[in-house]
Amino acid sequence: MLEVDQLACMRGDALLFRGLSFRLEGGALLHVAGRNGAGKTSLLRMLCGLMIPEAGEIRWRGTPIRAQREEYNGELLYLGHANAVKDEFSALENLRVACAVAGRAVSETQALAALEAIGLAHRIDLDAKHLSQGQRRRVALARLLLAQAIPLWILDEPFTALDAPAVALLARTLEAHLAGGGAVIYTTHQDVLIASTSLERIDIGEFAPC
Amino acid sequence: MLKILIAVVRRDLLLAWRRRADVFTTLAFFIIVASLFPLGVGPEPNLLRTMAPGVLWVSALLATLLSVTRLFAADYADGTLEQMLLSTEPLTLIVLGKVTAYWLVTGLPLVLLAPLLGVQFDLPQGAIGVLSLSLALGTPALSLLGGIGAALTLGLRGGGVLLALLILPLYVPILIFGAGAVGADAAGLGAGAHLLLLAACFLSALAVSPWATAAALRISME
Repeated sequence: MLEVDQLACMRGDALLFRGLSFRLEGGALLHVAGRNGAGKTSLLRMLCGLMIPEAGEIRWRGTPIRAQREEYNGELLYLGHANAVKDEFSALENLRVACAVAGRAVSETQALAALEAIGLAHRIDLDAKHLSQGQRRRVALARLLLAQAIPLWILDEPFTALDAPAVALLARTLEAHLAGGGAVIYTTHQDVLIASTSLERIDIGEFAPC
Repeated sequence: MLKILIAVVRRDLLLAWRRRADVFTTLAFFIIVASLFPLGVGPEPNLLRTMAPGVLWVSALLATLLSVTRLFAADYADGTLEQMLLSTEPLTLIVLGKVTAYWLVTGLPLVLLAPLLGVQFDLPQGAIGVLSLSLALGTPALSLLGGIGAALTLGLRGGGVLLALLILPLYVPILIFGAGAVGADAAGLGAGAHLLLLAACFLSALAVSPWATAAALRISME
């Protein structure tokens, strides 16, 4: 599904990595590893089309992603470092607005079910500014539960700020997505066991220029 | 297509309602600047009447310039803007929705308040009507063009000053036609030509700026 060919990344004057290539098929889990500042977030942002690579090409189903931006966006779900959660909105409003802006409006019942599944049932009407860091992360992650049909998930540090039950829940969600033929690319510094038939690991440090 | 536009407008109006203080700051600025002039230059009715359109227009322009910097700032800071760029809906429509909501909460109140402030300057009835009409046509153009500047200066330190430098050249014609409309009406020439030119400014801004703003956002987000 996703092909990455000889990718290079520059931040300021520094070349972070070069010659990075891989292929990702449906059902595959890709763990992007590397020390702080190695360019993990930059790589994920490039894969989303938010950043233009210094060199190389990214293809989705054979076509460069830059040539099919809106179609590609429809097959991609990205959760970045920032939660994209508005302080002024409640958990329910946040989830529904985020889905509507993404072009995938959901009904109130669907949104409520997702929030309940992620363990925010008793905090649905509370403004997000009163939620803890982990609860805000859960609001952002609730989008995953509504996006099982989207083939490619790109998750930047999805496990940060989550407690053990939430980490386990997220791992099960990812497993279900992989079993359904979806692909997941993620970064993490935590040891989380995700059962997958095809687990790959890329260490960005290996592609750093000497 | 219309659905996403409405969704974004509703979202931003609700956000503006929840942080009302920001909106009132802009309005208070407009009222204070426009009210200080009569106190500063003295109670000479003829002088005030001549100055009124210019003063009100400059106040409206500065109020826009001050508040437009915030158009994308909050969405940029909390990561929502990233998600907007990854939407399956066209970014130009999302941008248009945001600018529309912005105009409804900052531009429209200026248009509605202007007649009241016009009375302070002893403007005659007819001139007040022309002034409101010129602001109603001009402030949407100010909001649309301001969006380009806000997108280009996103995340920069000292972005406010840079934004002013970038956008002021585009604001000047709107200011001249807007304030000129009232002057032309008072001189008996009729405000028609000025108002039509203002409408032309608005329509060309509407045609160009959502695309320019969307392109600028993609560059700023890199």
